[in-house]
Amino acid sequence: MDRRKSIKALILGTVSAGVVIQACKSEKTTVAEYNLDDRMQEEKDYLVKVNAEPTFFDEHEMATITVLGDIIMPKDETSGSASEAKVPEFIEFIVKDMPEHKVPVRGGLRWLDLHSFNKHGKSFVSCTSAQQIGIVDEIAYPKKAKPEVAQGVSFFNKMRDLVTTGYYTSEIGVKDLGYMGNVPNQWQGVPDDVLKHHGLAYTEKELKECI
Amino acid sequence: MSDFQVKVAPKNYDAVIVGSGAGGGMAAYVLAKAGLKVCLLEAGPDFDPAKHSSQMKNPWESPRRGASTKMRPFGDFDASFWGWEIDGEPYTQTKGADHFDWWRARMVGGRTNHWGRISLRFGPRDFKRKSIDGLGDDWPIGYEDVKPYYDKIDQLIGVYGTNEGLENDPDGIFLPPPKPRLHELMFKKAATGINIPVIPSRLSILTKKINDERGACFYCGQCNRSCKVYGDFSSSSVLVKPAVMTGNVDMITGAMAREVLTDNEGKAKGISYVNKMDKQEYQVNAKVVILGASTCETARLLLNSKSQKHPNGLANSSGVVGHYLHDSTGAALGGVIPNLMGRKRYNEDGVGGMHVYTPWWLDNKKLDFPRGYHIEYWGGMSQPGYGFGMGTQGLNGKFQVNGKTKEEGGYGSSLKEDVRFFYGASVGMGGRGEAVPRFENHCKIDPDVVDKYGIPVLNFNCKNSEYEIKQAKHMKETFREIMHEMGAVITWGDQDDATNNYGLSNPGNIIHEAGTVRMGSDKKTAPLNAWGQAHDCKNLFCVDGSVFTSQADKNITWTILALSMRTSEYILDQLQKQNL
Repeated sequence: MDRRKSIKALILGTVSAGVVIQACKSEKTTVAEYNLDDRMQEEKDYLVKVNAEPTFFDEHEMATITVLGDIIMPKDETSGSASEAKVPEFIEFIVKDMPEHKVPVRGGLRWLDLHSFNKHGKSFVSCTSAQQIGIVDEIAYPKKAKPEVAQGVSFFNKMRDLVTTGYYTSEIGVKDLGYMGNVPNQWQGVPDDVLKHHGLAYTEKELKECI
Repeated sequence: MSDFQVKVAPKNYDAVIVGSGAGGGMAAYVLAKAGLKVCLLEAGPDFDPAKHSSQMKNPWESPRRGASTKMRPFGDFDASFWGWEIDGEPYTQTKGADHFDWWRARMVGGRTNHWGRISLRFGPRDFKRKSIDGLGDDWPIGYEDVKPYYDKIDQLIGVYGTNEGLENDPDGIFLPPPKPRLHELMFKKAATGINIPVIPSRLSILTKKINDERGACFYCGQCNRSCKVYGDFSSSSVLVKPAVMTGNVDMITGAMAREVLTDNEGKAKGISYVNKMDKQEYQVNAKVVILGASTCETARLLLNSKSQKHPNGLANSSGVVGHYLHDSTGAALGGVIPNLMGRKRYNEDGVGGMHVYTPWWLDNKKLDFPRGYHIEYWGGMSQPGYGFGMGTQGLNGKFQVNGKTKEEGGYGSSLKEDVRFFYGASVGMGGRGEAVPRFENHCKIDPDVVDKYGIPVLNFNCKNSEYEIKQAKHMKETFREIMHEMGAVITWGDQDDATNNYGLSNPGNIIHEAGTVRMGSDKKTAPLNAWGQAHDCKNLFCVDGSVFTSQADKNITWTILALSMRTSEYILDQLQKQNL
């Protein structure tokens, strides 16, 4: 009955871009562990296979994703940044897991660099912060954006989606969101002050028959 | 061939059961508790929620943050292994028909690892639809035949709800329901304001402890992951586990049934199966053969069990095995409630499903379609998973965020503010209705295709009719009214029209399919009698959704359980009388 009780998969991911550049020297990597007790065999086999694949994004792409990620979800007085939340690592995994993201993200990163090169004579990550924000402002507002940067808008929409979802499903993001569940409790109903705020109340029948 | 042989189990069992879901699990439970020697075959691996559940995991504990995969179509934390597609086990479609979406869970407990725990009794009218509207057929039994079994399973398994005295949504033996969540109170206020009733839902979740084997619900809202303390109903924890603990059940996992074997007189004598682990062929013999492989797998097994006595497939002299296949109808719509934006945070997980619902409330005589539907309500501040926050650019230009008008799109701290502001403001609703079973809608054996075990596969030929399409149209109209009443803004599901059948789901997609081996008193038009016993083969029984003559606007699991218990008790009685 108890075959292998617990198999831990080692998910090797690159670290955030600032560190990636140094990582080349130190060969530093981060290791995330996932408990696989709840996985069926085919899923374990699949994870091993995906993690054996070489890294999809090269260092430059990863650095760009990291800079973009931290523009989309920056560190501020409320919470940490996308790179602190390991969003770039999530994106590296998710494009392997959902290969339909591969071309739009890779191609979009390239579009961004070319756009940046045409404008400032250098790649996006080599630009100053002000230049980077200038480029992002061109593509971050779909209704305002000029038609000639439409591909950039699509790319940024995709990056906004991936970064936001990666961020808000991380520990840092869940805390930022204020999600208070996933703990054992006794559901008591909607708090009184919230009911009052919305002008709602439980009926006598509900109070009588509900737990 | 010397290297190919069939290993015959030395034991002759009282019963062999195919499938460990609601139907098979209940049969194993009843027979084993009565002392019968049972062999329980399950095509998937072992699964015990206490050991294998993803309950209480955080989104970051999944590398894909809970996103769905082919192996977990309802998300990485959902308990169900496999779903719409299984590697090496194809199924095919007849050209011109609607695509039939076939869900298959491969694991101990079967689909009870997946379902929403919605546990509704059929009402008196649901067994006699032909007498009411002239369509389909009446069941050979009525509510009064099933009621004692509903009562028993209410107590054995546990279900919360309230007695409302509704004629066709019968009262039961209920545990107390949880109080409605905030958005559910809003739904209730809006719907009841336009004469659509909203009552506590009826889910098989233990709001109170009912025995020492199972714990009470602790409100994590994750029933779909299966419950480590057995606080909700899964066949694995509530039926199979206690059945195996009697010592009377040999459960064989990874056993893919090939066919029902019969003897020279045409009586069932056992099951042949392939063991997925060692790839060897096995045979297990028993006095009684019970099929609970799921509506379509059971039909497939029977159709693949051809012999001289049963040239058309077993239990199929009528030629209707595989026919009358029908699923619940489904359509949905959703949006956001501006009043819920920027809402105060508190733990709103509740139970793993809705706390309130709408039972069917209208009179079909005044409508242009037969049969009804119930409404399920969604929303709340639930745990974020993959997909959360995506599409924020579609909202932040439309609604003022904390009093500020913003340009659609954006990034940075402003985007974080938007995500926090919109969290918990999304709501939705879905209708689940009754389709009319029709002979034309069927599955049959595909003459050209086998799965990787060499078993001929099913080909589906199902099409929604005007009845179902008009029902979906009515659902959408109702949903729009409710959303309008509660001041919600519809963001999806509003574009459907006649060109796409008003968003009506593909048959199979709601995962309530039934009817392929239906009960009926006439052996020329139904394979099974009123006990789920084959007219053509007295020691063969079906205990899953296949036996349904029609399926009501209620999720079918509670009725599968009641009928399986009824059939199992009949088997005990007939074995004692030596009638089998």
